[in-house]
Amino acid sequence: MNWRAIWAIYKFEIARTKRSITQSIVSPVLSTSLYFVVFGGAIGSRIQEVDGVAYGAFIVPGLIMLSIMTQSLSNGSFGIYFPRFSGTIYELLSAPLSFWEATIGYVCAAASKSLVIGLIILATAGFFVPLQIAHPVWMLAFLVLTCITFSLFGFLIGIWADGFEKLQLIPLLVVTPLVFLGGAFYSIDMLPEAWQTVTLFNPVVYLISGFRWSFYEISDVGVGISLMMVMVFMTICLALVGYIFKTGYRLKQ
Amino acid sequence: MQPMLSVQGLTKTYKGGKQALSNVNLDVAKGEILALLGPNGAGKTTMISIICGIVTATSGKVLVDGFDNVSDYRQARGLVGLVPQELTTDAFETPWDNLCFSRELFGLKPNPALVEQILKDLSLWDKKDTRIMALSGGMKRRLLIAKALVHEPQLLFLDEPTAGVDVALRQDMWNMVEKLRQQGVTVVLTTHYIEEAEAIADRVGIIRGGELLLVEDKTTLMQNMGQKQLLVDLKGPLSCVPESLASLGFVLAKEGLQLLLNYRGNDDTLDVGAMLSAIHEAGVEVLDIHTQQSSLEEIFIELLQEAS
Repeated sequence: MNWRAIWAIYKFEIARTKRSITQSIVSPVLSTSLYFVVFGGAIGSRIQEVDGVAYGAFIVPGLIMLSIMTQSLSNGSFGIYFPRFSGTIYELLSAPLSFWEATIGYVCAAASKSLVIGLIILATAGFFVPLQIAHPVWMLAFLVLTCITFSLFGFLIGIWADGFEKLQLIPLLVVTPLVFLGGAFYSIDMLPEAWQTVTLFNPVVYLISGFRWSFYEISDVGVGISLMMVMVFMTICLALVGYIFKTGYRLKQ
Repeated sequence: MQPMLSVQGLTKTYKGGKQALSNVNLDVAKGEILALLGPNGAGKTTMISIICGIVTATSGKVLVDGFDNVSDYRQARGLVGLVPQELTTDAFETPWDNLCFSRELFGLKPNPALVEQILKDLSLWDKKDTRIMALSGGMKRRLLIAKALVHEPQLLFLDEPTAGVDVALRQDMWNMVEKLRQQGVTVVLTTHYIEEAEAIADRVGIIRGGELLLVEDKTTLMQNMGQKQLLVDLKGPLSCVPESLASLGFVLAKEGLQLLLNYRGNDDTLDVGAMLSAIHEAGVEVLDIHTQQSSLEEIFIELLQEAS
């Protein structure tokens, strides 16, 4: 295992984040704070409690998930796409490291950034609403697993995309709607019965539900199922990375 | 002795059906400098890219110091350095950080002294903390060379390293290659500047349409393939070549003021003394005599014409 190369990639990516600290950290924190002001303060004050939790507090896990999913996708995809775009990918391909090692470096860096953002948003939420975390270890576990899984997914998008437009295509047209419709701002019990069934096909529901359970012990689906869904999604992403490793898809001609 | 690089039956057909390489076989000895010459699209970059692990071969085998570049890719790639043809650099990093990154990618411990030495050797030391995007094209080219050297490779590929660079950098490059040769590093370079190959290479390979037409010791190639000319400047113009001289192969040039004899560089049967006696006997008055040899460039063009 070429640990030094993995560490080099990790440091390289973290350095990139530091150079663009406003875009990387401040921007998602600011936009999430705005969500709190609008949904938690302005609209939330007119909505009663959801499952016994004040609406402002209820949306905290969903907002954190929304941020870390979009950030993980963005960080994971850009990290590998930019060397492909600029041509510096030659250096990675000709270095004595396996594609798995490169994947670990990029994904861990992307997941670290998202994790930090998630924790900052969590701390920021504390300024707006009273927070309660019933299962801090599970909360952290869901947070870390989601960061890694979506960074991995982003990494795959970064390899698949052959232009900046495609880089944004899945995050904007698929993931963001799924997160918004995945119970970030409501409990799926609030939907008509038919839509409740439809919603269960949305994988993001399971992530948000499990994460919310770690805060308030309330969930739309069982926590075991949530955990299993994260693992299934991660396994699919790993299988796709394995395919790329084997075939050199979009990396090697 | 085991070659530093052994390419065996290398073939590459791209997805669209274009055959970039066709059964290429090549051995490069340790410490040797090989220049690969060929027109655009000949397959030079494809071959280098396969050896370095950037492109997958359709068939064939590459051994770097005995290590298969697919099954033993860590050992093989660890020995290889690559200066790519395109100016592909990061933009926002500094040369110092970029070199440290490149070294660590090869699994090596940081070596600030070596990084400093390489930056100084390539006249980049005063730019070590400047963002790469602010460097000139020539400096970026130097940086690519520095990146290829920072993990101390034993086999260095220079893919058209002096394309579009100024004379000073080209000279620096040649000096650097000479220095690497003294350190025992094997160098394979592709170039369009044939005088570059003539100046620094031990052997020359000519590639065209994905086929390696020949690989020959530079001196031998110039002897065997090169044309020599015996040029005899005359005091007065001739209207035609005297028959005794025409039978020896002389022709007229410069409006009758010069007799010219073409012969192969390796033709040691040619007796210049006898030629001069024949000229004297033919009653031709001579002003000056000199010989000239065709350059590698002329040999290269001739070979490509023959192949097509």
